[in-house]
Amino acid sequence: MTQTQRNATDHHLPPEPPVTLTLAKTFGLSESEYKTMLDILGRDPSYTELGIFSVMWSEHCSYKSSRLHLKKLPTSAPWVIQGPGENAGVIDIGDGQAAIFKMESHNHPSYIEPYQGAATGVGGIMRDVFTMGARPIANINALRFGDPSHPKTRALIAGVVAGIAGYGNCVGVPTVGGETNFHPAYNGNILVNAMTVGLADQDKIYYARGAGVNQPIVYVGSKTGRDGIHGATMSSKEFSDGDEDNRPTVQVGDPFIEKLLIEACLELMQHDAIISIQDMGAAGLTSSSVEIASKGEIGVELYLDAVPQRELNMVPYEIMLSESQERMLMILKPECESLARSIFEKWDLDFAVIGQTIPEQRLKLFMYDKLWCDIPVPPLVDQSPLYDRPHVPTPKRDAVDNDHYALPDGGFKNAVTKLLSCPDLSSKRWIWEQYDSLVGAQTISSPGIAKTQSHRAADAALVKIPNHEKALAITSDCTPRYCFADPVEGGKQAVAESYRNISATGATPLAVTNNLNFGNPERVEIMGQFVGCLDGMGQACRALNYPIISGNVSLYNETDGKGILPTPVIGGVGVITDWKKSVGLGFVDDNHTIILIGATHGHLGQSLYLRELHGLEIGAAPPVDLSLEKKHGEAVRELITQNLVTACHDVSDGGVLIALCEMVMAGNIGFTLAAPHTSPAFWFGEDQGRYVVTTALSDELQNFLTRNGVSFEILGQTQGKAAQLPDGESVNIADLVTINESWLPNFMAGAKS
Amino acid sequence: MKAAIIVFPGTNREQDMGLALQAVTGHAPHMMWHKDSTLPNCDLIVLPGGFSYGDYLRCGAMAAHSPIMRDVIARAKSGTRLLAVCNGFQMLVETGLVPGALLRNASLHFICKQVHLRVESNASPFTSSFKAGDVIHVPVAHGEGNYFADADTIKRMEDKDQIAFRYCNENGVVDESANPNGSQSNIAGVFNDTKTILGMMPHPEDSVTMPAKKYDGRKIFESLVGSLS
Repeated sequence: MTQTQRNATDHHLPPEPPVTLTLAKTFGLSESEYKTMLDILGRDPSYTELGIFSVMWSEHCSYKSSRLHLKKLPTSAPWVIQGPGENAGVIDIGDGQAAIFKMESHNHPSYIEPYQGAATGVGGIMRDVFTMGARPIANINALRFGDPSHPKTRALIAGVVAGIAGYGNCVGVPTVGGETNFHPAYNGNILVNAMTVGLADQDKIYYARGAGVNQPIVYVGSKTGRDGIHGATMSSKEFSDGDEDNRPTVQVGDPFIEKLLIEACLELMQHDAIISIQDMGAAGLTSSSVEIASKGEIGVELYLDAVPQRELNMVPYEIMLSESQERMLMILKPECESLARSIFEKWDLDFAVIGQTIPEQRLKLFMYDKLWCDIPVPPLVDQSPLYDRPHVPTPKRDAVDNDHYALPDGGFKNAVTKLLSCPDLSSKRWIWEQYDSLVGAQTISSPGIAKTQSHRAADAALVKIPNHEKALAITSDCTPRYCFADPVEGGKQAVAESYRNISATGATPLAVTNNLNFGNPERVEIMGQFVGCLDGMGQACRALNYPIISGNVSLYNETDGKGILPTPVIGGVGVITDWKKSVGLGFVDDNHTIILIGATHGHLGQSLYLRELHGLEIGAAPPVDLSLEKKHGEAVRELITQNLVTACHDVSDGGVLIALCEMVMAGNIGFTLAAPHTSPAFWFGEDQGRYVVTTALSDELQNFLTRNGVSFEILGQTQGKAAQLPDGESVNIADLVTINESWLPNFMAGAKS
Repeated sequence: MKAAIIVFPGTNREQDMGLALQAVTGHAPHMMWHKDSTLPNCDLIVLPGGFSYGDYLRCGAMAAHSPIMRDVIARAKSGTRLLAVCNGFQMLVETGLVPGALLRNASLHFICKQVHLRVESNASPFTSSFKAGDVIHVPVAHGEGNYFADADTIKRMEDKDQIAFRYCNENGVVDESANPNGSQSNIAGVFNDTKTILGMMPHPEDSVTMPAKKYDGRKIFESLVGSLS
């Protein structure tokens, strides 16, 4: 549609409704926030201005409840090029190259409209990454669903998985890993967190900052429609039953346009034409233009009639608050406008000059020559609300007495069967086979464990850098039940597990992004969870030299007053200089010695063993000894680099015996045991800081560990086609696979009946 | 061997194909934009995988009418080798250069996994490095790879030795349990009647340089190099 057609009949927009405190409250502003707005403006705001203030000051955009605490996180290291504050974080990965990454949530939209909610979550995070000049090379995700028996769970899984697949596969970025867990606490509020990792040359990284005055502001990508208006506000409040009526505020994604946008932007970025660039994500044109103005300490003047529109009779409020997808805002060098236009036209994308930067630090919006908005930018940003919400620490829980939780009837075979087939541990093949994990031809490893997998199973996904021998290791981790029981230890554990998963491939952990999913911060115990998790996370990142370089906060994950489990997901990235030295988690040959690195005390509190075999979610979360984590991680990486290890798997959910069974299934080789232990606490306890490794050079490996003061224990030997259990029983590999792989496809098949 | 890969809006496996060709032939292939009208001199044309035009009308239907396709079809008809993979195969059936159609997977889901293929014929420039009956290991990644043709057409293709690959299990047995997408007679790839054109759903280019698992796709490119040099 051309511009003249578009508005042929409409040069007289209807008058805007008057702004009152009542209206402001329905937009999510509090009374004191409303007063601050009046003070800033010195007059009553227009309807458009109210929309802009309310969205900029929403929890989603302003981080008003979390900012105070986020500041305490460690964000720097010699290899960090850009920490939090830009579209994504940037680290140095050598050879003049950078990895750019971030994780972001799309929880509320995905619950309301699972396909589009998840799809646009993936699209949005990819834009954050390629906006900075990086080609996205891998996606991973972290999903949390409600109880499988909840009537909505099945349809939500089907929709979310199809949405992630539909978007990522089409754009051609491999989805190489992820995690999926279930808990009744997510019944009314699922979590969909998506992470993108991109690759850029260090001398071609683009930022939102840096614009000067009198430079053209260019809009590229899809046209603007009425979808997603006030989406950021929706994401900033609790749900209640009936919120499915919010469906029109969920955006609709077009991965084909995203693919064209990636190619066009990256093509333009090869030239020295862009001064500043910002994607239009949450709060669309509003946040992107305010960001550019604020970071450049300049003003922005936009002519909204020039914005490409796909619906008739849109008003300034709608254009500014639309969250239509696949759109970007750029400041170009004035002399490069025609070059840029020709590139976007080649890719059949809209390209429109919609305004210019001005010296006065104001956001001025015109439409049909009328001024609809005139807001001073510095106070809009600097006086955005900041709350020190009251919080109380989560009470410490008592340790469980292991003697009370003997193995139930059926012995180890029954326990292994129950654990491997429980929703959290059962194979997620039904999910990841719907994701194109190969496109790009660089995927070395991914976390699935099936022999039909196209690549090796490992604790972290490994994606090679084209034309180099190095590879990135990528993982997402969080154990919400630990965070609920003990936010500080749980926060530490999420970081430590990420560190372990990367170390277990042989890669060096470099930096993380986080996605902090919590309930209503206005409740003191929820705010206490938030503060506690961040405390633990900060301690772990400092101790492991594993800084946080980007992230996202998602609060108000509640329905009708019931909060989710605190779920601070960690997305970790590491690098291995020679991918050929990396290892997977599957056993690779018979007669390798199996060694457990790290001490086992038999910590059963919050274990899956207690939950699945005794029906109890009780006890203290396992404590994390950060100095041991560091020591063991370094030892494992060194052993892998010295080619002393043939397979490596971190010990996490389900404990040592489950780790061993996973190594069996991934490698199609069984084991026999030599360790004398018979207590369930030894085999299913979830003590931290442990890895199972296999080796063909047992003496050298043991010498190394002894020399370095790392505790270890010989568990047994790889051998045969069955897993030998501690009570002498054994399970054939084929049976293990059936046990592990049946639950999810059977559950999903029920969707059709 | 000189190769040209056609890039459409929405193509996303041109890098995979380019790396595979580079690895086997030692030369970087030409990357041709779909709006170009003529191909350079080349021995092999490749229609790569992806989601051309977002697969919004019918997979491959729009791309089959892109400006460059006129020259692609003319060259292919005069004997230049044409390899069409995944979305490329979908375009190929739209052009009518090989029979059949590609429907939505029987599971209705996109599927990405390793499959086994049985080499049905080695009497082609694409498969001469195999023995007929060889079982190879390559990945699939598609949502609409369910090959369909009527029984008479399939019979005619079988009589003319036009079936290139069938999905099978690791022992080479072709049966329903080894069929990932519902394809008629487990057909994974077909030739034209002179065997100068190969269309296939699996991705041999992803098992050439892929740094893990097997490298069976490589032999398809080696066959081409052998037959063309």
